[in-house]
Amino acid sequence: MKLTKEQQAILDGAQGETLAKVMKTLVMFGEAFGAEKMVPVTSEYNHLVTSFGLKLLGPVYELMDKLLEAGAVSKQKFSVDPRPLDPNVPANFLQKLIFNKFMYSKQDFYEGQLNKLGLMEKDAFTCTCYMDEVGNVPKKGEVLSWAESSAVVYANSVLGARCNRNSGIMDIMGSVVGYVPYFGLLTDEGRKATWIIKVETKKKPEAQLLGSAIGMKVMEDVPYIVGLDKWIGTELNDAARTYLKDFGAATASNGAVGLYHVENLTPEAKECGKDLIVPDAKVYIIDDAELERVKNNYPVMWKNKDATPKLCFMGCPHMSLEQLKTWTERVEAGLKEAGNSKVVIPTVFTAAPKVLEEFNKTEYAARLEKTGVITSYICPLMYMNNPLCKSMPVITSSNKLRTYTTARYYTDNEILAQITKGGK
Amino acid sequence: MKEFKGRVVTPGRAVAEAVVSHEGFNTLASLQSPLQFGDKTAKCGDQNNPDLYGKPLAGKALCLPQTIGSTTGGLVLYCACAMERQPACMLFANHIDSLAAAGAILADVWLDNVSMPVVDCLGDEFLDYVKDGMKITIKEDGVVVVE
Repeated sequence: MKLTKEQQAILDGAQGETLAKVMKTLVMFGEAFGAEKMVPVTSEYNHLVTSFGLKLLGPVYELMDKLLEAGAVSKQKFSVDPRPLDPNVPANFLQKLIFNKFMYSKQDFYEGQLNKLGLMEKDAFTCTCYMDEVGNVPKKGEVLSWAESSAVVYANSVLGARCNRNSGIMDIMGSVVGYVPYFGLLTDEGRKATWIIKVETKKKPEAQLLGSAIGMKVMEDVPYIVGLDKWIGTELNDAARTYLKDFGAATASNGAVGLYHVENLTPEAKECGKDLIVPDAKVYIIDDAELERVKNNYPVMWKNKDATPKLCFMGCPHMSLEQLKTWTERVEAGLKEAGNSKVVIPTVFTAAPKVLEEFNKTEYAARLEKTGVITSYICPLMYMNNPLCKSMPVITSSNKLRTYTTARYYTDNEILAQITKGGK
Repeated sequence: MKEFKGRVVTPGRAVAEAVVSHEGFNTLASLQSPLQFGDKTAKCGDQNNPDLYGKPLAGKALCLPQTIGSTTGGLVLYCACAMERQPACMLFANHIDSLAAAGAILADVWLDNVSMPVVDCLGDEFLDYVKDGMKITIKEDGVVVVE
């Protein structure tokens, strides 16, 4: 890799041993992918994936301490993934004990580290930092050093920013030196689609299910999706952005997608159209039967597969303001139809603190509260990341949550029926 | 016995028993639970991976196409190395992905006395040939002997 004089000096230790190691890490990382140079990080803010003071991540906190002690701190402020704990979310005595004493005992310590490293503001904890209410919205063409798979795929695909699927820690390192290796999704070539996905469903495909099918098929490749604009339109309005948020998160967690193009909708597809597709691209046709096949193959990890659900999580990734409003109306209508006044399964809707703040200013907040749905800024994934949840039947329409925990996946309509009418 | 030539991502020698995933290895889903709850053998916790689910990974030669899933993957792998519960080596049929590369490189640069050699680009034939329990020997030039 060819380094500039400044980059080479950092590597040679001109700014201390720790920063030299940071640069060495980035250089080795780039060389593993054939990068020939480093390019400046140009976004205003960074986004980090590690938000949790999880005991097992002790080695990560030690590394952060090394950076802090050496003054290796970025000029970029950052947002970070959601907090793992929220007293609003139902938990029994044993769960609270495990969360506070064993799992997230390092939470306060770690949030102290994040503040020293440059957290945007005290509540900048969300996986959907790109929401207008949160304010970490990169512009088209900007180079990022972000991690968080769902945020990276959104920034690349919907906003047209440029970011590789960086791992946690690597996200900090690129920001600290202000450069990232130039390869993969940062390059024009790396943004070309190697798969054509033909959506041939007879009804609007469930975002989380379509994303899952595509992720499992293409793994880390770039798909160009044809036929989806028929269902979600050709404008990136609130509804389309919300759909793509959930769709993208499923492609990234069920596979390793970092960028997708939707014909006539996402910025690069609108600009370049089919020129984005490489000549020998593979083809994957998705119809309703294929989505059903994918859904039926999900393993059910509950101890008792016929158990009645005890908790429902919506919002992994965090819900948008538009989604909170739409779901308020859907829950109200579902309850009315079922003749119930409150949800029959404890239900938590999660969103960014800033999105919840805005939601609480609207008349929808009181309406949602009346249905019994709880709102929270928690990370459902981190909540469920413990052995007690194996015997706790949790339902969700998040394919990311399903992938990493024992939560059982249902479509949005199925979830609505369960929480408003009951049944298994 | 068969030899495969790959590319060295992080150097080192290793002799270990193979465990094979034909699907993408989801690092967070696989290692989160064993690292969190003191399983020194690091049994794979990924319910979606029928090849590996429930099998010990620590000290094994992990053979895989690539890793997938959450971008915490690299730091989880780094933590596994720091806690000495990492695979003896990782052998990728495909080009290594950015998350696995981050974990392996972070361990190589920032941890003393930890070795987890990584070789990639071994090809589909490698994954077709290697089976659970086979003996794997990695040489420093990226040659992998399977017997």
